[in-house]
Amino acid sequence: MNIHEYQAKKLFADYAVPVSTGLVANSVDEALQHANTLGGTQWMVKAQVHAGGRGKAGGVKKVASLEAVKEAAGALLGQHLVTHQTDALGQPIHHVLIESPTAFKRELYLSMVVDRSSQKVAVIASQAGGMDIEAVAAKTPEQVFTQLIHPVTGIQNWQAQELGFALALDKSQRRQFNQLLNNLYRLFTSCDCSLLEINPLVITEDDKLLALDAKINLDESALYRQSQLAQLRDDSQTDEKENIAHQFDLNYIALDGDIACMVNGAGLAMATMDLIKLHGGEPANFLDVGGGTTAERVTEAFKIILSDSKVKAILVNIFGGIVRCDLIAEGIIQAAQQTGIQLPVVVRLEGTNVEQGKALLKNSGLDLITADNLADAAQKAITAARESAV
Amino acid sequence: MSILINAESRVICQGFTGKQGTFHSEQAIAYGTNMVGGVTPGRKGETHLGLPVFNTVSDAVTETQADVSMIYVPAPFAADAILEAAHAGIKVIVCITEGIPVLDMLKVKAVLKDFPDTRLIGPNCPGIITPGACKVGIMPGSIHQAGKIGIVSRSGTLTYEAVHQTTLNGLGQSTCIGIGGDPIHGMNFIDCLSLFEADPQTEGVVLVGEIGGSAEEEAAAYIQAQVSKPVVAYIAGLTAPPGKRMGHAGAIISGGKGTAEDKFAALETAGVRLAHSPAEIGQQMLAAMN
Repeated sequence: MNIHEYQAKKLFADYAVPVSTGLVANSVDEALQHANTLGGTQWMVKAQVHAGGRGKAGGVKKVASLEAVKEAAGALLGQHLVTHQTDALGQPIHHVLIESPTAFKRELYLSMVVDRSSQKVAVIASQAGGMDIEAVAAKTPEQVFTQLIHPVTGIQNWQAQELGFALALDKSQRRQFNQLLNNLYRLFTSCDCSLLEINPLVITEDDKLLALDAKINLDESALYRQSQLAQLRDDSQTDEKENIAHQFDLNYIALDGDIACMVNGAGLAMATMDLIKLHGGEPANFLDVGGGTTAERVTEAFKIILSDSKVKAILVNIFGGIVRCDLIAEGIIQAAQQTGIQLPVVVRLEGTNVEQGKALLKNSGLDLITADNLADAAQKAITAARESAV
Repeated sequence: MSILINAESRVICQGFTGKQGTFHSEQAIAYGTNMVGGVTPGRKGETHLGLPVFNTVSDAVTETQADVSMIYVPAPFAADAILEAAHAGIKVIVCITEGIPVLDMLKVKAVLKDFPDTRLIGPNCPGIITPGACKVGIMPGSIHQAGKIGIVSRSGTLTYEAVHQTTLNGLGQSTCIGIGGDPIHGMNFIDCLSLFEADPQTEGVVLVGEIGGSAEEEAAAYIQAQVSKPVVAYIAGLTAPPGKRMGHAGAIISGGKGTAEDKFAALETAGVRLAHSPAEIGQQMLAAMN
């Protein structure tokens, strides 16, 4: 789960990680009020959206008058910000963060992430802060430094030292850096983060380390024990259909094609999309109905699929393991009755209780297209979509 | 022969009397798995599905000489269940549970280093099956057939697809392992490949991967250097939209790897036969065997 910069900075402050101070506003008046409260003659107005690359996309503005604060906040609030990390529609801006600008000498990069290959938390640091770190890693990998953290010891002193020297910090800066790393790691582990990123981490004119930006991803699986953090979810930053899917424990991602898919298992769902594409069609979505699914969830899945007006045909591909084919069949029948599906539905069932499932569908009187295997299902769905588009 | 589990394996279930544990233990027993008991704290002395219930894994191991455990404990307690099994001397721990916090798994992995003879499969996986002999997991037993292909997969239902196709074309399976889709998990592709390479029953291997991480690239390098048996690979996610998964710091570590194209390319370079369509896995395996 992603959270906003202003929420992440609040967490940083809670864990004594030095951050730039700011106030969050959801209206132009409030933005102006905050600028007055902060004082000074210059302000940063930062769009709060769940996406990187805000600066380049015009989502971060430095202004030098209260009138300009008003103008910048007005230009951002209520609009959508399109960055290289968003889709073409962009992310809606409901909040702006007002900060006083910080004068700094250097910009560094620092992040912590769960690393699959080493199966540890990795700390990543670079002197090339304020830039696209992926580009830095690709062009000049020698400028990216990594330390792997053992879960028993946490960050060890020598690791902080090595990174401090690699970042060319002086003695006082290294001391601050060591403290900052330990606090950040405490935040990472206490809050069940999966990613924590500061870009840039600056050294101010008066030699203080300060996080000018803050990005946190939280581990969805751990939210059951992070009830306060779970409340930071901002549904406006994700697709509406994806939000509804989330409520019903369905894993849904909207795509641009016209063949909707309903599949059990993420791997098979991706494979089904691949197969549609391979046979010349375009998938309308990724939808994994998951393991312990019920007829009710299948119905909800259909409703979500049908709310996408681009959809011309539906392909249901179920290989029953935990999910029983008869339950899926019941769900399809229930959904068809509740929603009055007008679109062609291709169904391919296999696995646990497949015979009962097929019998239920056959006796339901519904006009379904059945398929015997994967390739057959994809081809039939593509044909059905073309015919229904005419 | 087979790998990790066979007809002699003595299997217990943790979370035995729960809904999932009960359902899948019943299925395992019906399949012919040598189940010897189960664990539910506080239920010692009861009989469930005709088998003894124990308070702790340690008690179960002492009383039944169990060497395999399948875990259906809810996610908040599953990491603890894995460690309990390891400490009790279980050799093959199969954790089906989905949704274990990543940081819990980091600790589990660190502790498991103290138990070099213990293998963890999963979590968030369908489990492991040696067809006709022993089923430890949630896979539908009926689609399997004893035979010569080892199957290792990151995905659940996609594993069934590979199984189904190798059953239909008569090759059958030696052992099938779903290693799980979580970022931090137990046995990886390489662990399974090395066991399949050493197993006389296994004559070919199907590897089913997914986008994300670099496990398939690492497997490719291992296959090139160490595996003499034919390998067929399919990678799911060719059409998956980029940027829907992770923040960018994760991509830095894997060196920009992780796309299906990269994985297919790495495997092809290693001499692996590619199934570009998930419907062609069985067909490609048959071709590779001839």
